[in-house]
Amino acid sequence: MGQAPEQEHPKNAFGWAAKDTSGVLSPFHFSRRATGEKDVTFKVTHCGICHSDLHMIKNEWGNTIYPIVPGHEIVGVVTEVGSKVSKFKVGDKVGVGCMVGSCHSCDSCAIDLENYCPKVIMTYANKYHDGTITYGGYSDIMVADEHFVVRIPEGTPLDATAPLLCAGITVYSPLRFYGLDKPGMHVGVVGLGGLGHVAVKFAKAMGVKVTVISTSPSKKSEAIERLGADSFLVSRDQDEMQAAMGTMDGIIDTVSAVHPLMPLIGLLKSQGKLVLVGAPEKPLELPAFSLLMGRKIVGGSMIGGMKETQEMIDFAAKHNIRADIEVIPADYVNTALERLAKADVRYRFVIDVANTMKSTP
Amino acid sequence: MAKSPETEHPQKAIGWAARDNTGTFSPFHFSRRETGADDVTIKILFCGICHSDLHCARNEWGVTNYPIVPGHEIVGTVTKVGNNVSKFKEGDKVGVGVLVASCQKCESCQQGLENYCPNMILTYNSIDRDGTKTYGGYSDLIVVDQHYVLRFPDNMPLDAGAPLLCAGITVYSPMKYYGMTEPGKHLGVAGLGGLGHVAVKIGKAFGLKVTVISTSPKKESEAISKLGADAFLVSSDPAKVKAAMGTMDYIIDTVSAVHSLAPLLGLLKVNGKLVTVGLPEKPLEVPIFALVGARRLVGGSNIGGMKETQEMLDFCAKHNIAADIELVRMDQINTAIERLAKSDVKYRFVIDVGNSKLQ
Repeated sequence: MGQAPEQEHPKNAFGWAAKDTSGVLSPFHFSRRATGEKDVTFKVTHCGICHSDLHMIKNEWGNTIYPIVPGHEIVGVVTEVGSKVSKFKVGDKVGVGCMVGSCHSCDSCAIDLENYCPKVIMTYANKYHDGTITYGGYSDIMVADEHFVVRIPEGTPLDATAPLLCAGITVYSPLRFYGLDKPGMHVGVVGLGGLGHVAVKFAKAMGVKVTVISTSPSKKSEAIERLGADSFLVSRDQDEMQAAMGTMDGIIDTVSAVHPLMPLIGLLKSQGKLVLVGAPEKPLELPAFSLLMGRKIVGGSMIGGMKETQEMIDFAAKHNIRADIEVIPADYVNTALERLAKADVRYRFVIDVANTMKSTP
Repeated sequence: MAKSPETEHPQKAIGWAARDNTGTFSPFHFSRRETGADDVTIKILFCGICHSDLHCARNEWGVTNYPIVPGHEIVGTVTKVGNNVSKFKEGDKVGVGVLVASCQKCESCQQGLENYCPNMILTYNSIDRDGTKTYGGYSDLIVVDQHYVLRFPDNMPLDAGAPLLCAGITVYSPMKYYGMTEPGKHLGVAGLGGLGHVAVKIGKAFGLKVTVISTSPKKESEAISKLGADAFLVSSDPAKVKAAMGTMDYIIDTVSAVHSLAPLLGLLKVNGKLVTVGLPEKPLEVPIFALVGARRLVGGSNIGGMKETQEMLDFCAKHNIAADIELVRMDQINTAIERLAKSDVKYRFVIDVGNSKLQ
């Protein structure tokens, strides 16, 4: 670790970083690598704030490398491409999600599942191929290998598309993989936050009947009137839960806090599937009996591969699906993170990087 | 309850029943219904002893309605058929498994999945359509609707084939449903008892590489030389478990004791599937990141439908698969049950009902 962040690479970069476990972010001067032959360099216009950013800045998962520049829902406009880049050109609108590198030789990479590559390189706080630490999208420019860059179609708003790069793919991938995307199916969505609200929109666009399952009755009218959910189930209401038993083909569970799975398994029809995309840090209890009687499944899913991320972005563009966002200036980021910790946002904060994240002279 | 077990039906029957939660068996006189238009009456020759029989006899699931005559791996000869019965005739060798009736109207029944019918009636300890209790195969005869009777393939030994009616279908069904049939893929079988040993044989017949996962090192040489497993993993050895991580495409977990799924999940590759077929009475612990981080799933499965049970029997006959059994007489049943509780059997007891004195 010879060089300071400002010197290790040739391009100047500016962002906001957390320097310790307090998780408080402040302006941070660093640098980005020169545009390699397969790299795409872009000016960042917006970056979504994901709940993972909150976990990481406070080192809640124990693997944070400080200083950390979070952000893995990054969108912007291409300013430079390497000599071997074929998919993008200057002026294109692009995005980068949770990954910036993988091994390209394992079984997962071979089937476009870079997200399950044992050597996957995350967009921030991970070690890149050149040994330097990756810095994420709470910053003014990004340089990424074209394999990990997606095109944002013309006519799609950059700011409201940014959250799809993590929240969107995280729910889109399991809806497809676990076959919960067939018209007429009934799918439950547990948790109505960044992931949950996008799950409702994708599922509706796939022709699926959607029930939002939540502990907060106050979210009901929004869920139905604004997001288009077909119904709303208050998970603490025993009578409502009882009446809904055995009615769902699948459930996408976005809740990351520890919670009981048995009532959710009970909501599934025979052969139903409960898919977990949140990752509570303690093990959950699985009642084997409820899985057997009904041949039900509990599965996991984590973001998605690059091919399906592009597919998801294109699907969203076609169906006018975008995240519901609150755009904030860079210097509001600490307040935004505090509000996020209290789930006080509908439903994703997005930093207006281009207009407000400027290096102080 | 005006009528006693002996008088509630016209055909006399005798079996061995447990009368309280000590689970101790003794002779029991009862009766079977008249052979109805759709019924097949069967003289029982053999009945496998399933671990569920033990759970039920001792009321370990809290649902036992004493007196209980267990037994749902039943093989015998047809002695009488009702007027509507065309599939069977007197003298046929037949089997009866875990179910004797279902509603025939729900979505599950319509799909040939009578085993997921919310109103299915089990071979023992259930209440039948006429309000009387069902009694199982630890007895001399049974009367069953033809839909729930299986044809026993000609070349299948009656005694060693009996356990397939529960143990066999319990592992065959999920292996088909969850797609564990691609030759060359790697199957782990957790637990080497009645279910596990049959899973190894069926897995090999599907062309899979099979690793037995067990806490008992002494089962290794049999697993490999007699059952045909390709490898054996002692799950209590952390170094060996670590070396095997991420190597299996699927795991059938037959273990009915409470255990953590964490070490088993780690053995699966990305997109791997763990299917649990055992019925522990407490929930299992699952570390969620083991699922989320590698898109793995945990599924359940419960016996199989009637059509696939017949398919399983025919598949096993074709591949010369039968259970490894120890024959006992009915009056030895209490000893057999105690040995089963200690896993002291290779790998299924079968009661030689035909040659036992039942009184």
